[in-house]
This record gives sequence, structure tokens and C-alpha cells, in this order.
Amino acid sequence: MAEFKVHRVRFFDYMPTAIRAMAFNHRTERLAVARADGALEIFNFADNYFQEKVIPGQDGRAAEALCWLGQRLFSAGLNGEITEYDLENLRPRYTVEAYGGPIWSISSNSQGTLLAVGCEDGTVKIFEILEDRIQFQRNLDRQKGRIISLCWHPSGTLIAAGMMDMIKIFDAESGRATHRLLVERGVGASKSREVVVWSIVFLSDHTIISGDSAGKVQVWDGLTGTLVRTHLVTKWDVLALSSSQDESSVVAGTSEGTVVQFQFLSSNVGPQDKEWVRTRTFKNHSHDVRALAHTDTAVVSGGMDTQLVVRPLLDKVEKNTQESAMRKIAFPHRSLVCCAKKAGLLLFQFPDHLELWRLGESNGHGSPGDSLPVKRKPEKLIQLKRKGEDHISCSAVSPCGGWLAYSTVSSFRLYRLQNNTISVTKVSRLPKDLRSAQQLCFSSDSTKLFASSCRSSVLVVDLNQSDCKYLHTLRPKSGSSQPVHLLCVSEDGKWLATANTDCLIHVFNLDKLKLHCTVPVYSSCPTAIAIHPTNSNLVVVHADQQIFEYSLVQKEYTEWSRKLQKRGLHPLWMERDTPITHIAFNPKNPAHIILHDTFMFCIIDQNLPLPEAKTPLYNQMTLRSLPESERIMHSHAFKICKHFQHLLCVRLLEDHSLVVVERPLLDIQSQLPAPVRQKKFAT
Amino acid sequence: MAALYEGYTLCGLTPSQNLSNSGIQGVEPERDSDHVVVTDSRRSVTLFKVSDQKSLSSWTVKQGQTLTCSAVYNSKTKEYVAVSDSKVIRIWKEEDIHLDKAFKATVSSDIWRVHSAAELEPVVLFQTGAVRFLDSLLSAPKQPIEDVLAQEEAIRWSTNVVTESQQLVIFTTEQKGDNFLYLQRFNPNTLQKYRLEGEEPGLSPLSFSASYKDKHIRLVYLYPNGHVYQSIVPVRGLGADEGAPALPLPRSLLLALPVGEGLLEAASAQVLDEAHVAVVGLPHPSAGAGKDFLCIWNTNFQTLQAGKEMKGKIYGQLWGYSNKLFIPHGKSFSVIPYECPKSSLASALGKLRQTKTEESKASTSVPSWNNILHEDKANPSKTVETRKTRTTRKSQSAPSLTNDQIMELIKTASVAEVQKEVEGLLSRTDVQDLQPSLGQLAAALVSRSLGEEAFYTPSILAQLVQTRCLCHSMCPDLVLLALEKKDYFLCQLCLQFFPDIPEAVTCACLKTFISMPDSDAEKVNLEPESISLMETLMAGERDPVGLQNGFSPATNDMDQAGGTEAEKKETTTPPEHICPVGLHKGVLLNEVLMTAYSDFFLLPHLKDLSPQHVVLFLRYLQFLYLKYSQDAFPQMHGLRSPTLTQIMDWVCLLLDAHFTVLAMTPEAKGLLHNLHTFVKSQVRLFSELGKIEGSLHELNKMKVNKDIGQYSIEVIELF
Repeated sequence: MAEFKVHRVRFFDYMPTAIRAMAFNHRTERLAVARADGALEIFNFADNYFQEKVIPGQDGRAAEALCWLGQRLFSAGLNGEITEYDLENLRPRYTVEAYGGPIWSISSNSQGTLLAVGCEDGTVKIFEILEDRIQFQRNLDRQKGRIISLCWHPSGTLIAAGMMDMIKIFDAESGRATHRLLVERGVGASKSREVVVWSIVFLSDHTIISGDSAGKVQVWDGLTGTLVRTHLVTKWDVLALSSSQDESSVVAGTSEGTVVQFQFLSSNVGPQDKEWVRTRTFKNHSHDVRALAHTDTAVVSGGMDTQLVVRPLLDKVEKNTQESAMRKIAFPHRSLVCCAKKAGLLLFQFPDHLELWRLGESNGHGSPGDSLPVKRKPEKLIQLKRKGEDHISCSAVSPCGGWLAYSTVSSFRLYRLQNNTISVTKVSRLPKDLRSAQQLCFSSDSTKLFASSCRSSVLVVDLNQSDCKYLHTLRPKSGSSQPVHLLCVSEDGKWLATANTDCLIHVFNLDKLKLHCTVPVYSSCPTAIAIHPTNSNLVVVHADQQIFEYSLVQKEYTEWSRKLQKRGLHPLWMERDTPITHIAFNPKNPAHIILHDTFMFCIIDQNLPLPEAKTPLYNQMTLRSLPESERIMHSHAFKICKHFQHLLCVRLLEDHSLVVVERPLLDIQSQLPAPVRQKKFAT
Repeated sequence: MAALYEGYTLCGLTPSQNLSNSGIQGVEPERDSDHVVVTDSRRSVTLFKVSDQKSLSSWTVKQGQTLTCSAVYNSKTKEYVAVSDSKVIRIWKEEDIHLDKAFKATVSSDIWRVHSAAELEPVVLFQTGAVRFLDSLLSAPKQPIEDVLAQEEAIRWSTNVVTESQQLVIFTTEQKGDNFLYLQRFNPNTLQKYRLEGEEPGLSPLSFSASYKDKHIRLVYLYPNGHVYQSIVPVRGLGADEGAPALPLPRSLLLALPVGEGLLEAASAQVLDEAHVAVVGLPHPSAGAGKDFLCIWNTNFQTLQAGKEMKGKIYGQLWGYSNKLFIPHGKSFSVIPYECPKSSLASALGKLRQTKTEESKASTSVPSWNNILHEDKANPSKTVETRKTRTTRKSQSAPSLTNDQIMELIKTASVAEVQKEVEGLLSRTDVQDLQPSLGQLAAALVSRSLGEEAFYTPSILAQLVQTRCLCHSMCPDLVLLALEKKDYFLCQLCLQFFPDIPEAVTCACLKTFISMPDSDAEKVNLEPESISLMETLMAGERDPVGLQNGFSPATNDMDQAGGTEAEKKETTTPPEHICPVGLHKGVLLNEVLMTAYSDFFLLPHLKDLSPQHVVLFLRYLQFLYLKYSQDAFPQMHGLRSPTLTQIMDWVCLLLDAHFTVLAMTPEAKGLLHNLHTFVKSQVRLFSELGKIEGSLHELNKMKVNKDIGQYSIEVIELF
């Protein structure tokens, strides 16, 4: 039916960085994840674990600890600063120097009024939380040795602090240390080494649970300051602890990559006689588990191996449902690749640089399954290092390959490219409104640049030969303050669609430069949008895998979309666990919609019947084996190709060849540092 | 191949006056495989220890009483059960001496038989068709017995079958020429009735034999016309209620055995295992019309596996327990041990059969009884066509002779005449059409040749063999005849085309070939292809003197033993590299190497070779082995040639058979030493290979991961 020449690209050396810290907001069901390069990611656990926000990192700012306070998110790092983030504009709101050396931990009291940070110099500093900032209140008694971990007692009167070789309990009112719990060192050679209390949990019944570098998880009685129980979990370090909200379960992450669950269970006698029992062990990581979050139904873990793992607890979820499936989130839910489809260029976005590649060529023709001889190899045209210490937040190359733009949270840069001579000229005079952008997009004729900025507004900039001119700012009427995370312009340049994390999709008429319509709001966040080049239908795919087609002319869902909703999508389609990150159309066949997630790309043929729930969704192998005449009977609208895996990008070039950018997980894993040594059999 | 071993007599018989009945009523197994209880048809029951050919005890009922069913051994209670005068059940133990003093119970209806199986309660089958467990019957001996069978219906045969979970009684009945099979199940008691498909009118099965496997009872029965049928009866009921009409029992023809003249009167077929059936009372296909043979047939391949002539009259009785056949014949009651190794196509066709030849064989037809006898049934579409051609041919060749006429002709006419007619027949008719008669034709020719010294038609026999429709079982004397007549070409053809040459015959060929002087061998005309193979093999010899006229003087040296060793060392070629036999001899030996055999049966025959011949043959094998392993020669010409494994197998066999002799033969010393070094190097190689086997396996398992590299342009198609 459809034969494609595919440029199979594996030279995008995308490398995610390690997960350092995470914090789960039980109220909003948002998980904040801090990575080693300082980037912060917000996942919406209520919406199919969609990564809805990414705040780019900054050189020298790596969060060591994260803390939610209501809707506000704070981080503290070894640079000694406390940062609050502006989640609407995806940038740090302000930073406060704590003046206590590197900060190891941050914790807020349950009332949400005070923030405690544990510092290298041995102080626990208490900050008062004000409406728009935080203010230093006082120090607790200064200790010898750094404060590694902190936890407030739910009552807000006590703070437990993990240190070197010991745990201290402070009275939050007086600031005095009331108890000193000595933590035993490891045996053997590690006897001489100080033991680090990496993590600590203070429960409302005054039980303190600690995890330390000697591999122990210890349960203490915080009232008497006595050790209740010791669980030796690993030969290496216990790096992270997290308790469930109801305090019945605690999970511990170790350097071996395991997560061990402890539960507060009555052993046999009565409900009074409960104790902390080691129950389950999960091994989903190859490297250190640095960060953990215990949601109501799952254990979320992350660490050196860069993957975020959501492991549902099977006693909390219904078995054999999508909810009980383990999730591994290894790739970002947004595209880091931009393709100039007329020029055959690929722009790869890294945190600190951009790479522009020209695709290779082949003049051969082959039958399906063949590899064609490569006449011209792909070449890296430009490697562009960013300026300043902020990491790149978004980038784009124009379809003609003549313009390149990128933005950080603090600056915006536009370059003019001469492809033949490979020269890059920075456009120096930029409109002053264009200081930073969250999303960038060029019109298909490369004459306009669209940059989304604060409060879901979009700047329209006119580009001519060598300079650019501010044209207009498109603002939606709704006044949503959420950032735009998707931007797309129609082929004919008439429509511009934006989607923000409030699930709002606005369509602007670019001829009139005003809002055309707002697509009816769907509860799940859009993960990809695109406007059909000929019939101006807007196709939207949401995080819950639903697909909608909305006619911009009639301002209503199309017949096909209604049919699809009525029939329902195939169960296997709904079970996929990575979002669709891009939609394209096939100009040769207007009924074709091309979309992809990490594990497959799919061509939806709107002319073909939709698959029934019982028909096999992945039927390409079957169809291949059938003779031509019978294929039509068995084929359905979803043509799914799983040949390419770990897809970062699938685009259709103007010459109708496909570009797929693969990043095999193995390639990423092979670049990770060696994990801790574990004795296996006779090694 | 199945085999019948030398039998021995268990006891003498006192057959009835007119020899109609052997005097044996039944043979039943006792406590173990070595004990049987034999009931004679009058008054006595005897316990035998079979391997000792000795009776352990004997019991007799009073004069005037007769035993009406064979005594069975109840292994549960260690008691014997017999029935006298149809109504009196007698139960006794081994230590009881007088039957009259033993337990007796009289029942209200006539008993047909008592069946007993190890560790299970004996079952009593009444002539009315009713069935009772022995213990429940004895608890109320006078209980009324219902009539199951119709008025004129009579039981002909019965047996019990033990499945995993239950025991079943099956019996056959005859009613006005119709035969029925009943299957009685217990717990719950159900009776299933089947109707046996009728053979020719008036024919009732002569014997039945039942076996159980995989929830199905396999019933094998023999008709007087020599047809052996098989019916599969499911053990699990079809849920048919009592009184339902008899179900037709589907059957399939297992064998159509030659019956000679007339119908069979006293014959029996006994299932030995899935593939083998022992048949007694039928003529041996190659031994005239006498019906006093015990034969084992392979039902899968329709081949005769073993045959034995039984002296005296055959009564059509045959029992088989634990690899022994019990057969009354003449005035003695014999035990014949047998062996049925698991048969496979490989062992039937021979494991050394080359795949190449097998392929070519597949295209031609393998003689099959089914095709021969039921061609119409087997593939009707084909016969329509052939029938048409046959009729046209018949109309064309009206003056020529029919098969039967030719058969008659062969018995009397002169060589030239026979030759002309048979050749005419062969050229006229489609070989496929002729297939059934080719065997008879060949057998007739062979028997005439054997009988008459002067009569021999080598070209016709060769032609017949080359049709590939013959096999050794069809005319067993052909190969030996060829050997006798020194018709080595025919021998070669037979070895090549017969899939079932017995090891004894193979060995006889080998003996003849190896012992014949090379000068004789060179006169023989042989198949050109095999000669060209040998020529290529021998062309490697660099010694030009050694190949004068294709005759190697080296062989003479070998025959005359080691005196010339010193001379040979002087020549450039090491002695192992010179072919020790002549060209044609080599060709014939190759043919032997390529025949199928089973080492178990070949080994005893190989022992008959003289040490000189063994040494020569070993030298030749060594030569072949070296050729193969050095020149990477094997099969590269696409010629039929022995494989390396065949050669090695023969070397091993020869060494196995003659090792002690060879070890003491001085001239074999060097040879053995050479072979030893081979083996040592092979062992070393294999141990090294063994070490890396695991890794190699892993390599194999590894998915052939195409190295995709950083960039490629591919073409894909979505459907």
C-alpha cells in the first residue's frame, strides 16, 4: 500500500542525565523530578504519567533535594541556594542563598509554613514561607558535621536530621537537639569509615526510619531515642527512603538498583503488636536508586540509570489492568529533533548545544526490506554551542533550512544559515519582546517565526532576507496562565494552533491575526497537534491516547472523529505507554495521518475501516503474508510499524521519504558509568 | 528388523484324532513373564516355567468332567480360576493337589470365559453376553443372568483390556454371518455394540487380537482371504445408551497377505507392537504354497520382517506373552522368542541410505501393499487415467501375452523366448501399472533359475531391478542367485535399489566381493557412474606404476602380507594412499558400504570374514577415509558415494567384530596403529570442539543482529 524510503538515523547521541531527586505532590498528583544537569521535569500522574513541563537546567545548579509546598516547588542544591520555580513560565522564580555551605536536604513542615534545609556546616536553617518568597527565620543548634537528611515530624514540633554516624532530633520551637541516636558503622573494612545517614523518615507515631551508607534500614523510637530494629538491606548504600501517606509502608532505594519495601504489619498477635517488616524487593534499575516517591498505588524510583520507573503495588491496584502495568519512562515526551523537510536537515537539541545534520542520499531503488547503498553520507554541518549558563529550552530550524532559532530561559537567538557555504550569521537586532520562548515554530514558507511566551501568548515575527520584525502577539481570551507546550502552523500559513498544559487548544487565524476558535476542552493533555494541509482539520492526540479530528472550518469534530469515538480505539492502542509525540500528513494521500511514539510509528488511513476490538491491531506481518487480493479484507485503518525502536522522531520529507531518528536504549545504557560491583556466581 | 529366534518345545501335544484341534484350550500368563498356565481342551491345567521348559504342577478334573474355559491366574489372591462343564467355577491355590477338593461354585448360566488381569478382579463372561465380577458372582452364585445377546448370536472370541483406570471386556459375536463387537465397561456398566464391516460374503474373521494404547483399543483381525484389518475403538464411550443400534466400526486394511490356494482355514494374527503383527498359518511369500509358517510383518512398511517354518500342522492358534510366541503345531507346543525393535523408516530403509537416493526414490514408487491391492481405493483419480491407457494398450497389443501367460511361459520356455516376452511386456506397459506383477515375475524367474542350472536371464533381472519396484522381501533369493551366477552387476543394482536387504545377504556380498581376485573383478561390467567415482578417488595416487590398466599391484602385496613393506616405504607415496583393491572391486565394496544395515544384526555375520579379508577391507576403508579427509573429496561430484560416517561406521564394526583376531595378526599391526592415531587425533579434536560447544551454541542462538550502524537508507512497505 505504502512504500517508503526511510532514512534510519542513529547518530543523535541523546543522553539523558541521572535522576537526583524527586518529590510527589499527593494533592495535585504531580511528580517533580530533578536531574543531574539541573533540569526539572513535572509528570502528571493523573494524566497517564505525561511529562507536561520541563524546566531546563543551568550550569552549576543541580537540585539535591526537592520539596512541594502546595503548588509551589522548591529545590536546594550543593551550590548553597534555595530555588523556587515558576511553573507557569518554566523558569526559576528566585533563588535565596542559605549561607550554610552546600545544602543536602530540604523539608517543609506539614502545615506548609516553614521550610528547613540541612547544610554542610552543620546547621538546620528554618525559612518562613511568604506569599511570594521565603525569608530566613533562624538556625537550629549547630552540630558538628553536615546535615545530610531532614524530616519534619507531622506535628511540626520536631525535626529529625540524619548526619554522619548519628541522627539528631531537634525541637523545632527551641531549636535544641533533644535526642542523639548513634548509627552503627558497617562491619569489616568499612568500620573505619563514617556512616552517612542518607535518608530519614519521621512518622507521626514518633518512629524514625533511617537509611544509611552501611546498607541498613533502621527503625528507631523517636520518643526514647532507642533502636527498635535493624534491617540489613544491601552491602552498599541505602540512598533514599519514602513513606506512603498513611505511614503503613516505607520504601528504600539502594545502590544496587533495588527498591525494598517495608510494611507496618501485625506479626501475629493483635493489631497493637505491629512492626516494620521487610516485604518486597523490586529490581528495576541497573544503577543507584537516588530518588524515591511513594504514591498511593505505586513506588516511583529513579537514579543513575536515568529512567523513571513507576512500579504499581499490586495490592493497591486492580490486577491485570493498565494501572497495574509497570512504566519505565526513558525518553522525554517532547521532541528534541527538528526537521527541515525541504532542505533535508535535522536539528538535534542538547542541553548545551545544537547539532545540524544534513541527511545522506541514495539514488538506488530497492524492494521492501532492502538497505540501499548510501551515495552521500550524512554530515554534521553545524555544532552550535549555547551562550550563557542556562540550558537550551527549545529550538527550531526553518523548513527551508535557512533559519535556526533557539531559546533559553534568559535569552533568544536567531541565526541565518547559508547552507551551501555553511555559514552561520547571528541576527543581531531582535524585537525586544522576543527575549525568551517556550516553543518555537517556523511557518512552512519560512517567512514567519512563532514563539510562545508567557500566559500562552504567541509572538509572530516576520522574517525577510536577513533581519526580522515583530508583527503581532496572539493572545487567547481565556487568560490561562499555563505555558504553551505545542505549537503548530498549517501548511498554507493560514492557521496556527497552540496547546497548553491546561489542555486548552487555541487556533488563530493568521490572516486576520486573531483567535479563530478554541477546541472543546478534553480532560487529558494534548501530546501532539497538527493541521491537515488540504482540509484544515486539526488532529489532536492526547496523553490518554485518544485521537480527535476537529474541523477548523466547521468548528466541530469531523465525521471520522465521531466515528472513532463511537467505535472506541483498539484496546492495544490504549495500552501503549508512551505518548504520541508528533503528527504528520502524507501529501500523496490526504487520508493518511502519520504519527509515532517511542516504540512504533503508525499510518492511519482514514478511508479504511477502524479495527474492531477483537481484530489484531498489529497486523502488518499477517498482511505481508497474504496475497494482494486478500489484504484489503484484513487491513484496517491503523498501519503500525514496529521495525524501528526507541523513536525520537519520525518525519516525512518533501521527497516523500521518511526520516526516523532512533536512539536504542542499549546505546544509552552502554554509556552509563559502571554500576556497583555485585558478586554474581563465581565472579 | 524384527527377528524370530530359535524356538523350543514346551510340551508335547495330544491332538484330537482328526487333527482338527491342537488340544490346547488356552495359555494364560501367571505370576511373572516366565510362567504360564496352559489349559488343555479336556481335563487338565498345567503350570509351566517357560525358560526351564518344565511343568511345575498340574491339576486334573475328574473323569467325565471337562474344562470348558482356560484357567486364569488371579494375581490378587494367588489363586487359579477355571470353569468345568460350563457352569462350575473352580478356584484353587498352587499348593492344592486335588482339584476336586478345591472350592466349587455352580452358577445358573453357561460361562464363556473368565478373564483376569494382573492386580484386578477377574471378570466372568457368560455365553449370554452378560458380565460379572468374580467376587460378586461368588457372593450369590445362583443370581439370575440376563440375556444380552440375541437368540442366534454366539460369542466367538473375547478378551479383557486393561487401561490406565479401568478394565474392559471386549468380545465378538456372530449372528447369521454378521459379526459384532461388544465393548463392556464397568463403573458404570455400559455395553457398546459395534458392527464389523463385512468382508466377502460368508467370511468371518479367523482371529482377533486387541491391544490398548492412548485411550484407544486397537483391534486387529484376520480374514480367511488373508486380509488383516485394523479397527480403532475408543475406550471412552460415545454416550450411546443401552439398546442403541450397533455402530458401524470403521476399519482399515493393514496387510493383505498372500494366501496361496484357497482360503485360510486355520490361521491367526497376533499384534506384537504398534508396527508388528505375527501371523501363523499363512504361506511364506517366497516359499511356495505351504501354510506352516510363522511370520512377522511390519504393518507400517508392509514388509516381511522374519519368517519361520513350523513343522507339522498349524492349528491357527497363537498366543504372545512377554516377547515369546506360544504356538501349537504338529505334535508339539513350541515357544518362540522374538524381538521387535522399534521400527522406523530409517531402520526399514536403512539408516545409511543416502538422502540423495532417497529423494530419487520418493519420486518413484515404493512398493506398498495398499497400492498394489487397493490401487483403486487409494488414488482413484490416478486410476481413471491409467485404466484408460490400459485399455488402449490392451487393444493395441492384443496378440501379445498377458501376465499370467508370461508367468506360465517362464516356468517352461527357453531363455531366449522368456527374454523376448518379458522385455516386450516391460516395454509395452507402464511400470507403475505392472508393479504388482513385477514381483511375481521376478520371483518366478529366480525360482526357475535356481532350479535349472542353465536358465539365467541377467539382462531381464537387471531391467526388473532397475524399475525400482522390486524389493528384497518380494524375491528374497535374487541377490544370492546373482552372487551364485557371479553376476556382479546385478548384485550392484540390487544393493543400490533394494531398501531391505538383510544383513546376512549384505555380508555374503561383501565376502564374495572382497575375496574375488581383482582380475575377475575387472572383467565385470559395472555401472559407469560408480566407476567414475572410483576413478576420481584413485586418480589421486601419484604412483603411475600402481595404476597400469587400472590394476594395482599393491593389492597383491597386501594380500601376501608385510614382506614388501620396506619396498613401499621407498616410494614417495605412503602405503595408506594407495588403493589396496582394484577399481571394480572398490566399486562393489562402495556399494556394500552404502547399503542399509543395522549393526546389531550385521555384527554376527561380519565375524565370518577371514582375518586377511578383514585387513584388506580395513585398508580399503582407511584409504577411503584418508581420501575423504585429506582431499575434501566427498560428494563434490554429485555422484553416489559412501559418506564419511558410513566409512567410519564400517571401520568400527569391523574392528568390533575382529579386534582380538586383528590384534594377534602381525600384518594388521601397522594398520591398527594407524587407525589408533586417527582415533586419538579425532578424540582430541572432538574434546576441543566439546569445550567450545557451549559458546558455539550461543553464537547460533544469537539473533543475527544486522549491524545497522549510524545511518542507513532502507525501504519499508506498509500494507
